[in-house]
Amino acid sequence: MAETTRSAGTAAPARTRRTRGTKPSGPETGGEAAPAPGADVPAGTAPGGPDAETLIGYYRQMLLIRRFEERAARAYTEAKIGGYCHLNLGEEATVVGLMAALRPTDYLFTNYREHGYAIAKGIHPDRVMAELYGRSTGVSKGWGGSMHMFDTEARLLGGYGIVGGQVPLAAGAALAVNYKGGDDVVMCQMGDGTTAIGAFHESLNIAGLWDLPAVFVVINNGLGMGTTVEHSSAEPELYKRGAAYRMESARVDGTDVLAVRDAAVLAVEKARAESRPYLLETMSPRLKGHSVVDPARYRSKEEREALKAADPLARMALDLADRGILSHDDRDALDAEVTAEVDAAAAFADRSPAPDVSTLFDYTYATPVPGELRRMPADPVFSS
Amino acid sequence: MATVTYRQALRDTLRAEMIRDENVFLMGEEIGLFEGSYKITEGLLKEFGPRRVRDTPIAEEGFVGAAIGAAMLGLRPVVEVMTINFSLLALDQIVNHAAKIYGMFGGQASVPMVIRTPGGGGQQLGATHSQNVELFYSFIPGLKVVAPSTPAEASAMLKAAIRDDDPVLFLENLALYNTKGELPAAVDEVEPGQIGRAAVTRPGTDITLIGYSRMARVAAEVAETLAGEGISAEVVDLRSLRPLDRATIVESVRKTGCAVVAEDDWLTYGIGAEIAATIQEGAFDWLDAPVRRVAMAEVPLPYAKSLESAALPSADSLLTAARETLRATGRLALETAS
Repeated sequence: MAETTRSAGTAAPARTRRTRGTKPSGPETGGEAAPAPGADVPAGTAPGGPDAETLIGYYRQMLLIRRFEERAARAYTEAKIGGYCHLNLGEEATVVGLMAALRPTDYLFTNYREHGYAIAKGIHPDRVMAELYGRSTGVSKGWGGSMHMFDTEARLLGGYGIVGGQVPLAAGAALAVNYKGGDDVVMCQMGDGTTAIGAFHESLNIAGLWDLPAVFVVINNGLGMGTTVEHSSAEPELYKRGAAYRMESARVDGTDVLAVRDAAVLAVEKARAESRPYLLETMSPRLKGHSVVDPARYRSKEEREALKAADPLARMALDLADRGILSHDDRDALDAEVTAEVDAAAAFADRSPAPDVSTLFDYTYATPVPGELRRMPADPVFSS
Repeated sequence: MATVTYRQALRDTLRAEMIRDENVFLMGEEIGLFEGSYKITEGLLKEFGPRRVRDTPIAEEGFVGAAIGAAMLGLRPVVEVMTINFSLLALDQIVNHAAKIYGMFGGQASVPMVIRTPGGGGQQLGATHSQNVELFYSFIPGLKVVAPSTPAEASAMLKAAIRDDDPVLFLENLALYNTKGELPAAVDEVEPGQIGRAAVTRPGTDITLIGYSRMARVAAEVAETLAGEGISAEVVDLRSLRPLDRATIVESVRKTGCAVVAEDDWLTYGIGAEIAATIQEGAFDWLDAPVRRVAMAEVPLPYAKSLESAALPSADSLLTAARETLRATGRLALETAS
């Protein structure tokens, strides 16, 4: 995290600066079909980039999220996890890059695809897995599940299951930060499908109007469930919407952890130092379907092939090996370590108790109403 | 003791709560420069400034959601939604988020906010501006829904709502704003009311009349008329639609043996239906007559005065229902029932 602090004060790396949506001479891709991931922001590291330890740290976090999600997918097929389960597979570089740009006291709102964010924001994988298993030791005590994780200490202010539901909340949290005179930033993650809904427009308008310290991050994985961005958005270059709210915006290659981090650092500093909102779009293809149960049949064979090349983890491993930072053996050792951590999380979840049924009425109201009748479905309501 | 209008009681209470707690602030359409569509917030921008009296764009989903987010970080927003009709634009934020955040995160974050919003017909505003859709909100666990009927109750319940750690939908009725009543104390000394508690506003033994908001006042009027005819009617003002004080309702009906429920919304699946079911569950053996309900006609409310008046529940319609019920119990002789 020291790396983040150092970068925060430095000038913007050229590759992100030139993608500002509000600049008249913005990216040259407007009007055409959606560009391939990374079309605007070339991958690679700036001169004087981060040290080996930082890079290995990022890689380890990405690997942890990858193994965690694979484990979650397995546990789902074993019926240990119920409901919906949306995985971060393929978005690890985006998740880790974004979280690296935040201070621990900054706030995060996410959508329902949030396991990786919870881990990268500092919540122990045990508690994240236990939540997926619906156990009382879970991060939301078993009340939230995959889509609704929350932790006050980590300042993860929730995963939300309604597309875009979290966006107005994030604007409001940023308002509260300003109201109290703090300098924390509120980051709000969402998918590309969110940019079509009213709450997105209303919230960005309010944030622009009231100078709120909010960073809105659109994770553009190209698909809202099975519908492509081009099929659902009149302006498929989503970061350009920032111009409508006089908000700076950028698009970045979401498969490159450093590119994401640097772009996010810029956005976060804009919010922190100037109390101006920012719209960041990351091009982050998801490797699998919308959720665990989606076989993604809407994808062509060519697309599937292309996805393999877009795997951020494989790319980074190769890059680190090429640069002599992480050897094959080191990588295998790291993998074994991370896998053991995930195994331990699954074991922890497995042996954790289910929430006691006697707690069913504990979380309806923060201020309980004395004498309120709390009825179980089969209870007689009144005795004579 | 001071006689004030319902409007003045709300305004003075907002002011008192803002002075008491720095975290209380106001948001809504036209509440600042315009001083409120119904002038509830008159003078407050001048006194507290734009940080605490915040005009919003016409974007209910956005600003109601923003209030929820602000409440999650410990502020106590009091949002004015110009009319309850417009709250429908914010339904997702209210139902999916305000109501559920405390529960779905296992009690880790609460949403201490108030949504003040007026409703009600009688102003010739037509179908989309005259509704009472409090039922939608009363259906949702996690929300609290209050509907005070007098200036004193408005002050006490608004204080309770602002100090409560849960989201509270605070229902006003356009017809009540100019009604007058006495406050029991200076406004900063008014005791907060009890959310989830109904009030027996007039004790009686022959029949129970149950209402809330405007219809609680209509019930009091009808009880007075009946008293002139020798009938002792008990009036229950629900005040709180969720949580619902079932015990007070059941206790009253066990005493009187019959009841009429008066509501300002549509009949089918309405709040009166819930009250009638509550009475059936809790006081069936005590009933001497079926529970009757008085409600709005089940039509989109028309603009024409003649039609609108005919559609709205009135003192006359409640009186008729009460008399029919009393006749069924034998407490009113057949020939005196009109």
